[in-house]
Amino acid sequence: MSNKKKDLIPQVLTVLFIILVIIYFTINAQNNMGNRGISFGFGFLSQESSFDIAFSLIDYDGSYSYARAFLVGLLNTILVSVIGIFFATILGVTVGISRLSQNYLIAKAAEWYVEIFRNIPLILQIFFWYFAALRALPLTIDSINFYDISFLNVKGWYIPRFIWTNFSTFVYSIITAAILIILVSRYSRKQRDEFGKQIPVFYISLAILFILPFLSFLIGGVTLSFKIPELTQLSKTIYVYQGGVTIIPELISLALALSMYTATFIAENVRAGILGVNKGQKEAAASIGLTRGQILKLVVMPQALRIIIPPTTNQYLNLTKNSSLAAAIAYPDIVLVFAGTALMQTGRAIEIISITMLTYLSLSLSISVFMNWYNKKMAIKEK
Amino acid sequence: MKSIKTWILVVLASSLLVACGQSGGGSGSKKSKTLDNTKKAGFVKCGVSQGLPGFSNADASGNWTGIDVDVCRAVAAAVLGDADKVKYTPLSAKERFTALISGEIDVLSRNTTWTLSRDADIGLTFVGVNFYDGQGFMVRKNSGINSVNDFKDGISACTNTGTTTELNMRDFFNSKNIKYEPIAFEKADEVVQAYDAGRCDTYTTDKSGLAAQRTKLSAPDDHKVLPETISKEPLGPVVRQGDSVWEDIVRWSLNVMIEAEEYGVNSSNASSLKDSENPAIKRLVGAEGELGAAFGLDNEWSLRIIEQVGNYGEIYKKHIADTNILPNRGPNQLWTKGGILYVPPAR
Repeated sequence: MSNKKKDLIPQVLTVLFIILVIIYFTINAQNNMGNRGISFGFGFLSQESSFDIAFSLIDYDGSYSYARAFLVGLLNTILVSVIGIFFATILGVTVGISRLSQNYLIAKAAEWYVEIFRNIPLILQIFFWYFAALRALPLTIDSINFYDISFLNVKGWYIPRFIWTNFSTFVYSIITAAILIILVSRYSRKQRDEFGKQIPVFYISLAILFILPFLSFLIGGVTLSFKIPELTQLSKTIYVYQGGVTIIPELISLALALSMYTATFIAENVRAGILGVNKGQKEAAASIGLTRGQILKLVVMPQALRIIIPPTTNQYLNLTKNSSLAAAIAYPDIVLVFAGTALMQTGRAIEIISITMLTYLSLSLSISVFMNWYNKKMAIKEK
Repeated sequence: MKSIKTWILVVLASSLLVACGQSGGGSGSKKSKTLDNTKKAGFVKCGVSQGLPGFSNADASGNWTGIDVDVCRAVAAAVLGDADKVKYTPLSAKERFTALISGEIDVLSRNTTWTLSRDADIGLTFVGVNFYDGQGFMVRKNSGINSVNDFKDGISACTNTGTTTELNMRDFFNSKNIKYEPIAFEKADEVVQAYDAGRCDTYTTDKSGLAAQRTKLSAPDDHKVLPETISKEPLGPVVRQGDSVWEDIVRWSLNVMIEAEEYGVNSSNASSLKDSENPAIKRLVGAEGELGAAFGLDNEWSLRIIEQVGNYGEIYKKHIADTNILPNRGPNQLWTKGGILYVPPAR
C-alpha cells in the first residue's frame, strides 16, 4: 500500500462516520416527531403571518406571509449590523490611534474607554442604553428639537422624509460619478508609475462626486423636498410625531451598544497593527522625504492593515451574531420576529430554528468571504 | 498500518453505538408511558411560567404557588399521593410547547390560551380551562383615554412576543382601522419597564396579567385597565398528544376541583363527607363507585386532591382574590352562581 493511500483511508472513514452520525440524528428526529404526531415541512412559510412588526424596511403587515416576515427580520438584522459595523469601525480606529497619542489625556481617555466597555457584558450595555438612556429622554410633547426639522423623544428619533422626483436619474448620476472616479484614479496611477507625476486624485474625485449629482438636479429634472414630522395629539396627554421617518429607540440603543462594545476590540486591533510596524520603516520613509501623511498612508497603514484585518473580521462576525440579543429590547430582528413570534404562532421549532441558523451562517460566511478578499488584496504581494 | 486498524475499530464501535441508540429510542405507545414514568420518577414534571403572581410564581425560597401550580399539585396528589411531589420548570412563552413535546415536562400549566391551531396542529392536547381570561388594555389615568374607542392612529402598544396577544392586537386595531405601533418584548418585566418609561401609550395582555403586572409599575395608581375585553382567552393545562390515559388524569384532576366546589366539598370537610347522603359527593371523596380504576388509580385519588390542594373556590381565593389580583371572580364563578365554570359530572 502506497503512502498516499494510507493517508487517504482514515480521511474517507472519518467522512463516512460523520455522514452516519448525521443520518442517525435525522432518522431519530423523524421517528420521534412521527411518534408525537408532528409533521415536518416548510409549507407554513406561505401562510399569512397575521402579526404586525413595528419597524420594517419593506412593505409589511400581518396580511403578508411568514416568508415575508422572515425577510423583514433578516433585513432588520442586516441593517443593525451594517450600522453597528460602520460606527464600530470609525470609533475603533479613532480610539485605537488615540491610545498611541502623545497627548496624555487623550491616550488615557481612550484606554479607560476600552477597559470599561469591553469588560461589561454586552446584554447589560444594551439594557443600559435602552432602559437607562430611554428614561432620560423627554416625552413626546417636550421633545428635543433640532432646528424644527428633527425631534428626539422617548418614542424615537423623528427625521424628515425625503420626497424625490426622477430619483432614478439621481442614482444614475451617482453611478456615473463612481465610474469616473475609478477611471481618474487608474489614470493617475499610470501617470505616477510612468512619469512620476502626482495628480490630486482626492480633490478631483470630490469634485466629480458633487458636480454630477448637482447637474442631475439642474438639468436632469431631479427634485427633492422634505416632509417634516408633525406633532399630532392623540388624546389629552398622548402625542406623536407623524409624517416623517421614525428611527425607533430600539434600533438606536442596539446599534449604540453594539458599536460601543465592538469598537473596543477593534481599537485594540488597530493599536496592535500600528505598533506591529517596524519603527525603521517610518524612519526610512521619513529619510526619503515623505510627509507625515504620506508615511501613514503609504508605509504604515498598508503594513498595519495586514495585522488589523483578520482579527477585525472576527469582530464584524461577532457584532452580527451579537445583534441577535435584540430580542431583549424588542428590536424586530430575525430572532425576535422569526425565531420568536413566527415560531410561537406556527410551533415549527425545528424548521424555523434551522432556517435561522442557516441564515446567520450565510451572513457570517458572506462577511468572511468579503473580508478575506480584502485581506488578500492588502497582503504582501510576493514578487 | 496500526493507525488504520485503530480507525476501523473506532468507526465500528461508533456504528454499534448508533445502532443501539436507534433500537432504544422511539418504542411504540403502551397503555400510559407518562403515568408509568411519573410513578417511576416519583414526581410530576410540570411546566410553569417564569413568574406571574396568582398563576405560577416562586417565592424567595423557591416555593411555587398559584392556580396553575395547583393543577400540577392536584395531578401529583392523584398519581403519587403527595401534592408536593412536583418538579417545576419555569418556561418562557416561546419555550413552553417545545418543552412539552420533547418530554422535558409532562404537564404544561402556564396560563396558556386554548386555540384551535395549538390544539390540532402541533402535537398538543388541551384538557380544560382553569381560568377564563380576556385581553385588555392598560393606560395612564391622565391620558384622557377612557375606552378603546378613544385610540387613534399612531398609538404605540407594548406587549409580549410569542403569545396570542400579538394576534388579537392586530385583529382589534384592524377592525377599528387604526394604525398602531406594536412593540413586542420577550419578557414581561421588560414590557413593564418600557411601558413605565413612556415608550408606549398602552400595555396590552390578558386582563389578569395586566392586574398582576400593574403592581410592578413605579406608580401603580397612575394607571388603569380599560373596561373592554377584546378577546377570549381560555387558559388551561396542556398535555402531549397520544397518551389518552395521562390526558384523562390531568383533565379530571382539574375537573374534580371545580366539581368539589359545586358540591361544597373543601379541604377541611372532605374526609368527613364520606358518609354523606349525596351520592355525587360520595363519589367525589371516593366512598362510592370505582372512578379511579378507569385510569389506573386507586379510589381515593380525588379525595387526596381536595384534601391536599383544595377545591377551585379555595385556590382562587388563596391565589387570585386574597392577593388582590382580581378580587371579583367574574366569569370564573360556578355556573350555578352566574359564572361559566361548568364541568362534566364525575361519575
